[in-house]
Amino acid sequence: MKNLPRSLPFSSRRRALLAGAAAAPLLPFHARAQDNPEVQAYKAFVGARAVRTERLVLDIPRIADNGNVVPVRIAMPGPFLPGAEVKSIHLFSEKNPVPQMAVFYFPLPLARVEVESRVRLAGTQRVAAVATMADGSLYSAMADIVVTVSACIDGT
Amino acid sequence: MADARIQVPAQIRRGDTFEVKILIRHGMETGYRLTDDGKQIPRNVIRLVTCRYNGTEVFRIEPSSGIAANPLFTFFVTARDSGELVFEWVDDAGERASERAAVTVAG
Repeated sequence: MKNLPRSLPFSSRRRALLAGAAAAPLLPFHARAQDNPEVQAYKAFVGARAVRTERLVLDIPRIADNGNVVPVRIAMPGPFLPGAEVKSIHLFSEKNPVPQMAVFYFPLPLARVEVESRVRLAGTQRVAAVATMADGSLYSAMADIVVTVSACIDGT
Repeated sequence: MADARIQVPAQIRRGDTFEVKILIRHGMETGYRLTDDGKQIPRNVIRLVTCRYNGTEVFRIEPSSGIAANPLFTFFVTARDSGELVFEWVDDAGERASERAAVTVAG
């Protein structure tokens, strides 16, 4: 099988921003000029619960040439205290017709929590990832992505 | 729904975390596409993927139509005993398939 090239087009600046866990909990994304888009499915999932915005890493290209195949990596750096391991990671889309893109479950505590996949994106939008820990706490990360050729998921 | 290819490292030491990749050949039909004469092609995506390591589930994915065709998943597993990884998946049409890969752990 062809190896996924390690040089995926992730912004090193974003990676540096996201890795700065010691920094203040700013939302490490590039806000669009017009507004602060909401990812409704993410909001519905979180509800009234508190969410921390540091630590979880959402790595996705700043610009995607092909909305049909967009690489994404989500990582939660450890170490994990007993009772505070990652149980699941949800990935939500702002604009896709099916907003919940995937859920990754970790039935056993893992030393390294990192997943990669490829998603379809229906146009320029924001994506949101949420990690749910065994103690119920939530960590989220968001990224804005410009999609030059949208995935043809609206039938046109 | 036919092939899948699994990639695990050839050399793994007990206690290490190792990377696992699986590439499943599947169209992940979104249900939004139309045939040439305008009929909707029904949705058929893989909706559940499980991975068991020597019988114990270590990873599970619930994809949607938002996952690209020929889904590729990468994750990490903590090495214990030698044995095998068994992946199973099912799509909207109810078709099930599985693939397995040997895991050789030293130490």
